[in-house]
Amino acid sequence: MSDTGLTKTSIGRKILMALSGGFLMFFLVMHVTINAISMFSPETFNTISHFMGTNMLIQIAMQPVLMLAVVFHLSMGVVLEMKNRKARTNKYAMNNGAANSSWMSRNMIVTGIMVLLFLLVHFVDFWIPEMVTKYANGDMTGLLPDGGMRYWEELHHKFANPVKVGIYVLAFVFLGLHLMHGFQSAFQSVGFRHKKYTPVIEKLGVLYAILIPLTFIVIAIFHFTTQQ
Amino acid sequence: MAEKFINVTLKIWRQKNAQDAGKMVDYPLKNVSTDSSFLEMLDVLNEELVAKGEEPVAFDHDCREGICGMCSLYINGEAHGPDRAVTTCQLHMRMFKDGETITIEPFRATAFPVIKDLIVDRDSFDRIMQKGGFVSVNTSGNTQDANALPIRKEDADNAFDAATCIGCGGCVATCKNASAMLFVSAKVAQFSLLPQGKVEAQERVKNMLHQMDVEGFGNCTNTGACEVECPKGISLDNIARFNREYMKAAVLGSE
Ligand code: HEM
Ligand code: SF4
Ligand code: FES
Repeated sequence: MSDTGLTKTSIGRKILMALSGGFLMFFLVMHVTINAISMFSPETFNTISHFMGTNMLIQIAMQPVLMLAVVFHLSMGVVLEMKNRKARTNKYAMNNGAANSSWMSRNMIVTGIMVLLFLLVHFVDFWIPEMVTKYANGDMTGLLPDGGMRYWEELHHKFANPVKVGIYVLAFVFLGLHLMHGFQSAFQSVGFRHKKYTPVIEKLGVLYAILIPLTFIVIAIFHFTTQQ
Repeated sequence: MAEKFINVTLKIWRQKNAQDAGKMVDYPLKNVSTDSSFLEMLDVLNEELVAKGEEPVAFDHDCREGICGMCSLYINGEAHGPDRAVTTCQLHMRMFKDGETITIEPFRATAFPVIKDLIVDRDSFDRIMQKGGFVSVNTSGNTQDANALPIRKEDADNAFDAATCIGCGGCVATCKNASAMLFVSAKVAQFSLLPQGKVEAQERVKNMLHQMDVEGFGNCTNTGACEVECPKGISLDNIARFNREYMKAAVLGSE
């Protein structure tokens, strides 16, 4: 009988794509919630950040899982894209894709790669300095030289640069476009489709794809406009 | 609607054989009746070409009444043309305007190589069907009464809807990934919904999926284009069912 392994079949790869994308969407809800707190209470934001940044369960178990999900999702996305290109090497002279499908659904690799480029900027911005402070320099205190907590200060100052704010805003627009199709696509890929619930999922997807990126945008602009 | 006569410019893919590189060629065609079907319009063009001593345009067709799945064509960037829920043979020239340029190409996919002009080889579909698109019970001789096995109305309806797929390949032609998911899912669903088909459900889904991948069709990204362009309105519900059947077979499967 034929091989049925998840990574060996087209449907299996799509299921893994959906599961990794779904995990990332779950993670984003947490991420945006914590970041949103930075607009209301620097103290609470500092407390949570310090907890997340020094809790070993999160650092040793959750963080690698997240990394793996990102790397897997984008690698599989590229693999699928290459296979799909091979499935039609002779292009049409005229193709009216807009007649039957959304721009978002046809350009997942484009919006995905834009998100990837942003992730690289984001890593250099936040993740690498965090790792250097905590693990290279061994500073697990989460304190500034003046004795205050560093997390909110660091976040706040990153958004002083208008170019950086611009990059973040643009990146979130692409993320929104990616999720506008991705959210409901993930349900279909794992076979969840139902006359009653699918229309609800589609509406939820639109809501998610607008609300989450928009909140990130608001946070970036908030910090930019409240600089002293 | 009263019959009118329009002039059109046809841009048609010409390719002598599988090895030829092929190219688009322009053919002006005058006084086309809006009452004629698209294929009748091509018949008229071919008569003109033959009269001029040129090679007629080769295209697939058989029943010309929308039931056999033989006709194809990618017309103005859409499988089976701009109309909805019709095959190319059921498409009429009233869908086009006077003076319009109409681009006509073969269905394109690596798994559907061009044989000549607008004719493509869709044997890959047959090879998928040979892997499980059937029920291996001998039904001749001792046919049972159809009502001997009670079947839920909804299941019977859905199986029937899936079974209306005529295997034209429009879904593949339309899909940006040249994925055959709509076709294969319809063939899987039509059996997996019925008691006779459930017996071999696991083997069927695994083997047909494997052959689909081997043939070089792309991966579904749920754009939904296939459902829109399918002449039989085959639903994306079937793809979701196919995904579920695969999970059942992969997770609960014996091998
Ligand atoms: C790192 C850069 C990324 C790349 C290169 C990328 C690429 C892709 C590609 C090519 C697809 C397949 C298109 C499809 O199946 O419709 C896809 C699907 C998806 N992506 Fe991404 N993506 C990225 C980041 C993300 C992020 C950050 C999230 C969520 C927070 C996400 C969520 C999804 C979801 C939910 C799907 C649909 C799953 C499915 O049914 O296939 N992606 N992505
Ligand atoms: S699913 Fe529709 S478009 Fe695809 S082969 Fe069947 S009838 Fe043709
Ligand atoms: S020629 Fe039979 S369906 Fe068009």
